[in-house]
Amino acid sequence: MSTTTTTPVSRMTSLARAELTLLGRSKGTLFAALFVPLVLPLSVRSAAEEMDLAEAGLTPGTVVLPAAVGFSLLFAVYSALVGVFVVRREELVLKRLRTGELRDGEILGGSALPAALVGLAQCLLLAAGCTALLDLPAPSAPHLAVLGLLLGIAMCAALAAVTASFTRTGESAQVTPMPLMIVSMLGSGMFVPLELLPDRLASFCELLPLTPVVTLVRGGWTGDLSAYETLGTVATAVAWTLLAVFAVQRWFRWEPRR
Amino acid sequence: MEANEHEHVIEVTDLRRVYGGGFEAVRGIDFSVRRGEIFALLGTNGAGKTSTVELLEGLAAPAGGRVRVLGHDPYTERAAVRPRTGVMLQEGGFPSELTVAETARMWAGCVSGARPVPDVLGLVGLEAKAGVRVKQLSGGQRRRLDLALALLGDPEVLFLDEPTTGLDAEGRRDTWELVSALRDGGTTVVLTTHYLEEAENLADRLAIMHDGRIAVTGTPAEVTATEPSRITFELPHGYFVGDLPPLGELGVSDHLVDGRTVRLRTRELQRAATGLLVWAQTAGVELRRLDVRSASLEEAFLGIAKDVTAGTGTTKEYAA
Repeated sequence: MSTTTTTPVSRMTSLARAELTLLGRSKGTLFAALFVPLVLPLSVRSAAEEMDLAEAGLTPGTVVLPAAVGFSLLFAVYSALVGVFVVRREELVLKRLRTGELRDGEILGGSALPAALVGLAQCLLLAAGCTALLDLPAPSAPHLAVLGLLLGIAMCAALAAVTASFTRTGESAQVTPMPLMIVSMLGSGMFVPLELLPDRLASFCELLPLTPVVTLVRGGWTGDLSAYETLGTVATAVAWTLLAVFAVQRWFRWEPRR
Repeated sequence: MEANEHEHVIEVTDLRRVYGGGFEAVRGIDFSVRRGEIFALLGTNGAGKTSTVELLEGLAAPAGGRVRVLGHDPYTERAAVRPRTGVMLQEGGFPSELTVAETARMWAGCVSGARPVPDVLGLVGLEAKAGVRVKQLSGGQRRRLDLALALLGDPEVLFLDEPTTGLDAEGRRDTWELVSALRDGGTTVVLTTHYLEEAENLADRLAIMHDGRIAVTGTPAEVTATEPSRITFELPHGYFVGDLPPLGELGVSDHLVDGRTVRLRTRELQRAATGLLVWAQTAGVELRRLDVRSASLEEAFLGIAKDVTAGTGTTKEYAA
């Protein structure tokens, strides 16, 4: 018997390849995922030039890049994946996948992989772009930026599955990601760095899901994040991710409601 | 292998399924399926067929009772069961923008011991459609793609939920041949169907479900034998039922007169029919609209549905 046995990796790869093909054929998702995160940072740049950044020890580069990473995660990963999960559920694809050898986590993980890779590639591209165009120096603590980026991708994928649990149709998937996206843009230090906010508001905003990502990426470049701050930031991101995974296990719907 | 000949591949005991709203779709059913047989679940819409099959497939946990597939619990011991089963759901579940070949390749990457994709597409007659997007397929072609995916891993146990719904007569015939060939090769098949003809043609054993319960189970012949045969004709002018030979002596168990139409039910069809025809011959009359038929699965089915619903008319779609 020379039968090939599948492994979690081989199964997820197969699923991810199909999902990547689908991503390439979905013009709307492609536009939102590829174009928007590359254009939005421009608006942040013009805003950043009017802020009094020097006092907070920031430069336009260290404001624009973390914001750009945030946009990328919100559009290319979070919002795109809410759509993917909801549409696949409505098409009964998730139900069919569950009849096979794939485990539940592999189904969500494999489906999320192409969007995660797009997000990752975009962030690298943005880092290169900001370095070249905004005189951003090389990061002084690159490991923090990488950690923030990876945590951010995992968290956004998990949060997308949570949002999909409460989204009934492909159309509503255009709307349900909005609250988290708006809150993140306003409160997670993307448009306005937390350093420029009143202290009380800033300490609340530190607890928002995307704040640790923005903080870690910024800290990766400025290098002025203490070990204590790093720990707290990472803990916040991990806590949100675990909370999201728990919520998915509990509330994710694999079949459309009848 | 001989020792396994009569091994029960599927065992179901007092199985129950309750949906979120409290609706009890499966209300305590028992059956078993032997290795290498085709077992059909028949029933009206909402009888609980799909709800039952989904429990066998391990898609949901039962509310009560027990399922064993190949000796394992298909829900909690998913990893042990899934590589050995193939599932065809009632409705597709394909991303509409993938082509047939891409869909099959994706699934092949998730199935242990997958056969080559072109082979499987050939098996269901879809090789010419390999490059076509799923959204452009007809309903019947989608059914066949679904069957192809179920067969990709050469499963020991195959679950087919309404495999021929939406197929034309020829496609249906092809699917029957394929499923029979699989059974002859040792595959165990559980299928649900609307089509009594399908169950009669394919199934080694069947169960008729109604209202979440199994009303009858057995071979098609056994199930049919529970029903009497029927003779229907129009009384000739000037004749009354009393003019017929004594019906009890002909082996007729009961009769019904509706206007001039007479319906007889009998378990001794040849005796009853001969007696009736000899009488007509002797009397020199013609029995118009004469219809003599042995019991079929359809009658058994209608009989059961009628008994349980007391003639609420929910059985119409099966009359075809």
